[in-house]
Amino acid sequence: MGLEERLPDEGVVTTTLEQAVNWGRKFSLFPLTFGLACCAIEQITSGVSRFDISRFGSEVFRASPRQADLMIVSGRVSNKMAPVIKRLYDQMLEPKWVIAMGICASAGGPFNNYAIIQGVDKIIPVDVYTPGCPPRPEALFYAITLLQQKIQKDKFRDRAYGRQLAAEAARGQA
Amino acid sequence: MTAETIATAQATAAASHPYNEVVPGAVLEATKTGLVVSPDRIVELARYLRDEQGYDYCSMVTSIDWPQYFEVVYYLYGAATPKDALVLRVRLTDKANPVMPSLTSVWRGADFQEREVYDLMGVRFEGHPNLRRILLWEGFEGHPLRKDYKEPYFEEESKPFKSRHPDGAHQWAEDRVPWKDNVSYPVGWDPDLWRSPEVQYRRIMGVDEATGNGDGLRTERILVNMGPQHPSTHGVFRMVIAVEGENVVGLEPEMGYLHRCHEKIGERNTYIMNIAFTDRLDYVSSMSNNLGYVLAVEKLMGLQVPERAEYIRVIMAELTRIISHLIAVGFLFNDLGAYFTPALYGMRERELILDLFEAAAGSRMMCNYMRFGGVMADLPAGWVERARNLVWNRLPKVMEDFENLLSGNEIFQSRTHGVGVLTAAEAINYSMSGPMLRASGVPYDVRRAEPYSIYDRFEFDVCSRPEGDVWARFRVRMDEIYQSLRILKQALDGLPEGPIMPPGKKQYQVRVPAGEAYARIEGPKGELGFFVVSDGKPNPYRYHVRAPTFINLTSLEKMTLGHKIADAVVILGAVDIVLGEVDR
Ligand code: SF4
Repeated sequence: MGLEERLPDEGVVTTTLEQAVNWGRKFSLFPLTFGLACCAIEQITSGVSRFDISRFGSEVFRASPRQADLMIVSGRVSNKMAPVIKRLYDQMLEPKWVIAMGICASAGGPFNNYAIIQGVDKIIPVDVYTPGCPPRPEALFYAITLLQQKIQKDKFRDRAYGRQLAAEAARGQA
Repeated sequence: MTAETIATAQATAAASHPYNEVVPGAVLEATKTGLVVSPDRIVELARYLRDEQGYDYCSMVTSIDWPQYFEVVYYLYGAATPKDALVLRVRLTDKANPVMPSLTSVWRGADFQEREVYDLMGVRFEGHPNLRRILLWEGFEGHPLRKDYKEPYFEEESKPFKSRHPDGAHQWAEDRVPWKDNVSYPVGWDPDLWRSPEVQYRRIMGVDEATGNGDGLRTERILVNMGPQHPSTHGVFRMVIAVEGENVVGLEPEMGYLHRCHEKIGERNTYIMNIAFTDRLDYVSSMSNNLGYVLAVEKLMGLQVPERAEYIRVIMAELTRIISHLIAVGFLFNDLGAYFTPALYGMRERELILDLFEAAAGSRMMCNYMRFGGVMADLPAGWVERARNLVWNRLPKVMEDFENLLSGNEIFQSRTHGVGVLTAAEAINYSMSGPMLRASGVPYDVRRAEPYSIYDRFEFDVCSRPEGDVWARFRVRMDEIYQSLRILKQALDGLPEGPIMPPGKKQYQVRVPAGEAYARIEGPKGELGFFVVSDGKPNPYRYHVRAPTFINLTSLEKMTLGHKIADAVVILGAVDIVLGEVDR
């Protein structure tokens, strides 16, 4: 059912490599098992039978950053935690994405004082911001679908390795 | 304040106070809110109170920054035989260098709490075994709870801020204040030169390399870091464990990765704004947190709560207890390797209870439901029927499932029996509370010892087990769910009609008379206390939370020593911590 029914007799589809790879990537996101605060409880809840995050192909939470490609920052980021988050993000392999879940991770939330960084985007790049305190699991799913749209449009040459390849090619021509 | 303390205060002038006959010169003054004690004699007095007077339980330690002096406050109770509160207050007039002797030698439970006072208020405790920062990071400058501490994003002393939208446009706080940057280091302190483990963990690493472990094998002591990002630390908690082979020989809990200084924020907020912030303390049981806080403020305001509201509060608090225990049990199994299945079963039932919360309060998790004098909204139509169905039909069946699936499990039994034992005396001395205390054979429950709200009307048993191990903690939690169901049945049957708030106009700015109040409730995780000092302004002068899980962690090292490193995970799981509350 689906794609294969509409294939012509030869069974050949032409698309760009970028499209095909992105299509694969967006439906198999591996989030990092990483909960910070209250929002983490809703993040766990999104995995239970009622909400079921696996409908979006991202239910396999990995405890090691080396195996994960999506970081859901679910909660407030304190100054004490910030270096840890930065290190975790650095340990994840390219390509990687970040969802800032909740107002705390997005902009500091209700805690504007010395201990809290006003938004995780001050230390790592964020792809999708999710409002709410805490966002419901549905809101997290919406963030994931938005991220999937973004991944589908991902350009290889804009990523670090793409830029590196382009630089090498340019050097070869010169 | 309890009747007993007030009575003693009025009856005796300070000099002839009965305690002064035993420990001369200890009590300087007997006030309405406790005994003012001389810092030089406090250790002696404390020892006498513990051994002769039965005040064996040091429940809460906190501090207040008054204009003339720092005041350190100790709340003592009796746990083996319940006693009313006795409050010791130590006034340290040297504001530049406040020092007092530590009481950890008398009550081990004061350990983390004194460290917290040192960290946030800057009072030094002489003789404390490990006096270093606990919630803030090494290299932080200043003590944020002091009144003269100005935060980086400081705007005004108290909310609501007039300066937020000066000409209708939003401005970044950083752009406006002179403190700007979030981090400043003490003079002469260089993060690059600082060597963490040797300095910080010398206590647990202190070992004579030549002697080895005693049985002829020379093993090296290794420092293992668990967390802050670790799947079984229940959040961002870090355990620094010194191991020899697989045996734990030292452990230091490191917390504060979620610290946002709830108390400092609370002192800038108006009273009513704080209710929403208490939701975010122990974020799986927001209703209990609300209850504890409003009780404390109601004590100050002297409010009478209508019947119906009292019943609704009890119903909400007990539903919260069920949620919290289901999650605790589920995640304990998670730590033991039953990857997520039991936790998911627990979460499934939790969803049904959250639906009830959402119907009543409008929000699933952060309910913000209680108000001073009552509750925010009445129960919607059909709510009681849904709750009855859950309590009478669904949850008992679920509990049966849980018992069948989990309690008899062989692996679970062999991993938990005799692991992480705390005797009754140790549990009291370490200020354990809640299921942790009761699992060590001390049947102490605030709902019984000092009934609040309308708990004196309900029949229920205080569950306790003699073993004091992880198994007993699991069992106590399971049994408490049955007792909660029992209370819920009585409360749902007895729920009267009537108003839910005291008569009068709805108020957004409550007037709280000057004074001091401490209210404690039996939260799902232990004794949850709220300490509020008012000076008559719209904001609390001092606001402190006795976080049960924070204090329960004091005994973590004691429980873990001698076990294998894999057991450390299980023991931590059985403490049932929530980092929002530990770090505040
Ligand atoms: S956004 Fe709200 S729920 Fe999420 S971590 Fe912050 S305070 Fe907690």
